[in-house]
Amino acid sequence: MTTEIQAPVPIPNALTEAFWQGAAEGQLVMQRCNACGHLQHPPEPICSACLSFDLGSAAVSGKGTVYTYCIPTQAFHPWFADKLPFVLAVVELDDQPGLKMITNIVDIDPEAVKVGDRVEVTFQPFSEGFFLPVFRPAAQ
Amino acid sequence: MNRMLQNAAVVGIGRTKYVRKSGRTTLAMAAEAARDALADCGLTPADVDGFTCFGTSGSATPSQVAHAIGVEDLGWSLSVSGGGNIVTSTVTGAATAVLSGQADVVIAYRVLGSDTRYGRAFGTIHAEGEGQFAAPHGYMVPPQWFSMYARRHQHEYGSTSEDLGAIAVQQRLHASANPHAIGRDPITIDDYMASRWICDPFRLFDCTYEVDGAVAIVITSAERAKDMPHAPVYVLGAADANRFGGSPYQWDDMTTMFSRDTAPKLWARTGLGPADIDVACMYDCFTFTVMATFEDFGFCDKGEVGDYFRAGRATYGGDVVVNPHGGLLSEGYIHGMNHHYEAVLQLRGDAENRQVQGAQTALVTSGAGPFGGALIYGTSQL
Ligand SMILES: [Zn+2]
Repeated sequence: MTTEIQAPVPIPNALTEAFWQGAAEGQLVMQRCNACGHLQHPPEPICSACLSFDLGSAAVSGKGTVYTYCIPTQAFHPWFADKLPFVLAVVELDDQPGLKMITNIVDIDPEAVKVGDRVEVTFQPFSEGFFLPVFRPAAQ
Repeated sequence: MNRMLQNAAVVGIGRTKYVRKSGRTTLAMAAEAARDALADCGLTPADVDGFTCFGTSGSATPSQVAHAIGVEDLGWSLSVSGGGNIVTSTVTGAATAVLSGQADVVIAYRVLGSDTRYGRAFGTIHAEGEGQFAAPHGYMVPPQWFSMYARRHQHEYGSTSEDLGAIAVQQRLHASANPHAIGRDPITIDDYMASRWICDPFRLFDCTYEVDGAVAIVITSAERAKDMPHAPVYVLGAADANRFGGSPYQWDDMTTMFSRDTAPKLWARTGLGPADIDVACMYDCFTFTVMATFEDFGFCDKGEVGDYFRAGRATYGGDVVVNPHGGLLSEGYIHGMNHHYEAVLQLRGDAENRQVQGAQTALVTSGAGPFGGALIYGTSQL
């Protein structure tokens, strides 16, 4: 019996489609509160800063810093078996203190990544027409 | 201070063997642990009117287990959704049911079968909700979540692989005296450093040993506990913290864990402090969980855990004996309920060749990342 290994494809909803639409167009788009300007990720149904439900989205700088990272050397899911090792990271964006996202660091030897590295967003094609925001070392 | 919980006590403990692949159902294992916990305190199913457990998947439910062992009138039943973070809430929930008169005798249990393995992901991943921002990048399982905590700690406080290894080595040495432990062969720091990467900065020996098995404890009032065969083990106080929704990476300081909130609450509620603790069953899904929570509870300063363990301060003859059973790292992963079993055994003085002499208090923590709790057991009320 052979089973096709399926990619963990994003399942967008009303709160998250702007993020994925932006990514497909080469822009990092985050949820932004129309009332107070607070950015939050992942998107939530309510603004945690001012409790408004009037939420929109906005393109952000796409620049940030590696807050922390790990290098998986096991395929915790079979889809990643041929992608090891890779860098799984938390990047803190410049746009708002504490605004973090899970991502991958690319275009660098995994062993060379360091906490505090300056990085910038780039977009990688993923399954089923999605583009993933990943980060590479920032241009000087 | 609020010491109301100390009017409840653990009077019975039961467990199955811990094995890699039991071939048994979770119902069978939970029923065995519950039966043995009752036998331990001389009660019968007719005495039990409350059941509670926690879990995220695959667990036998309280009503199933109660029915299986012949409890005819289950008056109070609570199945708590959650993992290691919610062990304390489950136990204090049982105590609260007793103290509020909702039940007289409550069994709290946790069971894990071979179908549940948190360190792996299988099949089709439905990357919904927050998962859509995580799974496509490969962020799926706890070794990734918490190795990223460890990396941040290494960056900010200069902790090292050898420091994590010191925890793994100490706990394995403790487990070598525990016939119930699944990992009993002592390891050296060289063995630790040579073990394979699971998720850099975590090696094999940084990670818990996932097993099948069940643990059950019997909780009743301090008054009723006086008539039981074993000396009561009182719940001296407890505290939980579940700040920050969503994924562990959203926690604002990944060098700390839930314990930065629970520790001050627990010490304030009980009036106790680190120097008052004889046994510390620190939740240890990974070595780093011990490191972060140990610092948060104030046993030592940030970045000093490695030296603390290497100096022998976390073992017999030191300041506090950390995980004398070997913990989740070496005894096996019963999601932290086995910590409660060990704490009770130690406070009864029944831990045989790994007994912490004169143990009167035990801290038991549960959880990792932003979510968790802790309680203190004692041989006498405060
Ligand atoms: Zn707002």
